[in-house]
Amino acid sequence: MSASAKPISNTRSGTGIPTARLITWWVIASEIVIFGGLLASYVMHRIGHPEWAEAASHTNFWAGAFNTLVLLTSSLCAVTAHKAADAHEGARAAKLLRITALGGLVFLCVKAFEWSSDIREGYVISSGGFWSFYYTLAGLHGLHVLAGMIIMLIVAADAAKNRELQRVECIGLYWHFVDIVWIFLFPLLYIAR
Amino acid sequence: MSEHAAPGIFERYFFSTDHKIIAMQYLFTGMGMAMIGGFFAYVFRMQLGFPNQNVPGYGIVTAGKYNALVTMHGSIMIFWVAMPVLIAAFGNFLIPLMVGCDDMAFPRINRLSYQIFLLSALVLLSSFLVKGGPFGGAWTAYPPLSASGAYNLTPVGATLWLVAVALEFVAFLLGGINFIVTTMNSRAPGMKMYDIPLVVWMIVLASVIFMASVGPLIAGAIMLLFDQTMSTGFYDPTRGGDPLLWQHLFWFFGHPEVYVVLLPAMGIVAEVIAVFARKKVFGYKTVLYTTWAVGFLSFVVWAHHQFVAGIDPRMANIFSVTTLLISVPITEMVFLYIATLYGGSIRLDTPMLWALAFIGEFMIGGVTGIFLGSSGTDIYLHDTYFVIAHFHYTFVPIAIIATFAGLTFWYPKMFGHMLNETLGKIHFWGTIVTFNVIFIPLFITGTAGDQRRVYSYAQFAEQARPALQHLRTTSTIALLFMLAFQFIFLFNFIWSFRHGKTAGANPWRSATLEWTVPSPPPHGNFAQLPTVYRGPYEYGLPGYADDFVPQNVPDLAISIAGETD
Repeated sequence: MSASAKPISNTRSGTGIPTARLITWWVIASEIVIFGGLLASYVMHRIGHPEWAEAASHTNFWAGAFNTLVLLTSSLCAVTAHKAADAHEGARAAKLLRITALGGLVFLCVKAFEWSSDIREGYVISSGGFWSFYYTLAGLHGLHVLAGMIIMLIVAADAAKNRELQRVECIGLYWHFVDIVWIFLFPLLYIAR
Repeated sequence: MSEHAAPGIFERYFFSTDHKIIAMQYLFTGMGMAMIGGFFAYVFRMQLGFPNQNVPGYGIVTAGKYNALVTMHGSIMIFWVAMPVLIAAFGNFLIPLMVGCDDMAFPRINRLSYQIFLLSALVLLSSFLVKGGPFGGAWTAYPPLSASGAYNLTPVGATLWLVAVALEFVAFLLGGINFIVTTMNSRAPGMKMYDIPLVVWMIVLASVIFMASVGPLIAGAIMLLFDQTMSTGFYDPTRGGDPLLWQHLFWFFGHPEVYVVLLPAMGIVAEVIAVFARKKVFGYKTVLYTTWAVGFLSFVVWAHHQFVAGIDPRMANIFSVTTLLISVPITEMVFLYIATLYGGSIRLDTPMLWALAFIGEFMIGGVTGIFLGSSGTDIYLHDTYFVIAHFHYTFVPIAIIATFAGLTFWYPKMFGHMLNETLGKIHFWGTIVTFNVIFIPLFITGTAGDQRRVYSYAQFAEQARPALQHLRTTSTIALLFMLAFQFIFLFNFIWSFRHGKTAGANPWRSATLEWTVPSPPPHGNFAQLPTVYRGPYEYGLPGYADDFVPQNVPDLAISIAGETD
């Protein structure tokens, strides 16, 4: 089948939920159990090791707080992009998606700054239990931010030509999910002492 | 969907997005991997039956090689045979045909799923070429053995194994989510929730269980990978980690995984017995409800694998109860299948023989599970050959017997020709008899105390029990016969491609939608997409011209016996 031709199975909607939105929710569900497993492992260890609080106190609270603000703002931007797509304003949706992706870029830059200062201070992934979880959790989340940005720019390129506008909502859903994961990570890695 | 330019051979067979081609890719890859996994079983069983002798076609089995062979046998048979054949091959082939649409909802994601799966198989096989050889820390990969190359002596192989398993999970997440969405959204008009054939239900529910259970193990695999390569200490108790964490994450996936492969097998058997007993599946809805119960309970039994791992005995009690509880819905399902047979007009063609054998043999696996699920007896039987015999009495019926039921049943639809019935029956009896002769002796040696993973009793003289050696040898010889009988199937499978009797659209007189299209189905499946008017098992109807009504035939079009026009 050529890339543009969609099978009829893709256009049907037995549940009443559009197929694109339905698969996005299932993908998010599978991601929830992945992050859920990692977070549960971390929380169980953290409860068993009160001494990790000392390591946690070396994380940069303000960098984390700023990144929370950046991600929440970019999510708002993704919502407005969805609204524009619903109104069939593809060009506007594309512009808003690109601003959302820019938010992701700012997030990753702050993260890079933060990690390099952690590493300069000698805290690397093998420095102890807390740091192992810190880098693994934030690293996996960072990869999701990066993937979300790339997909978002691809969706934006189509949306700019008023094509595949239903994807604007889907990438927005995914972006909110990435955002919510961070809402869990920020208190657990930066605030909990 | 019908006006495509005809694609070239390469595009057609290697980069196709057609669900039927992808199903064949999964099927043939799975069959190839089954031969590799079967060969390994041959090699290590030879070592156990005839210790420290030269194994024809392999050589001397050393301790390290033995570990690698059993590890690879387990990993391959579960992740690269049972999963791709039972879920991916049957799921891909059957779901769009049985729910009456032209392809998966997302054909290119489907293709990506197979490509990642193929990559995972290649990564696993590449571990045979690296220094130290393939991973030898058992398919359960418990740390610290799996976490440190200094312990497992296969540092590169261990990492490649982990990467291969993780890729395989990604492939089945993509494929499974596609199955779920296709079944939810792309069904033919008129096909309601309870008109979906049971095999489709079961594959979809298996995909849901897989998706919900595999996430924590993906997280666990990342942690193990970092322990291996970046010297973190997630599973290292001297550095604040916990090796038990892996066991929890592994079995939280590992036990539901049993039901992930069991459910498609149960579904295949339901289709086959309904057709060959010419009877509606007894209690269709009850089958579904018990499936949901199994799915739910499968998430709360995992720690029965850890009764000797130092868990709290009060916790062990709870997991004993949940484990025994899960046998209730499974037994209910088996009763419903037997009730389907009762009063039917049974034809014993090869697919039906396999389906009936599945019910009988799987029950032996289930009943012996009671001993292992009860923490008291498990402490004695744990890690003995009793466990090996038990789970082969579950996995062989699932991955071998039910797969043969499905393959012999849908072969005419897949390839347009019938398999040879005589060869099919020889293969059936040869496989079933030898299978029991392999594993019944192992129940006995296990109960007598034979430990798993002992490669030669020369080093463990106190465990040798020479009086039991004839049972070990019997098991090995039976395996040789069982493997030999598989060549009959292979010959039948390939010979019938061309020389089998032409099948026609509906050789078994089946009522589900895949039998309403030509065999093999053309690209796009249905010349005209069907509408569904009834449930999938309208068989044995008295007073009708034919004894069944396909799902897509409206009431007015049914011919009544005795009508003259």
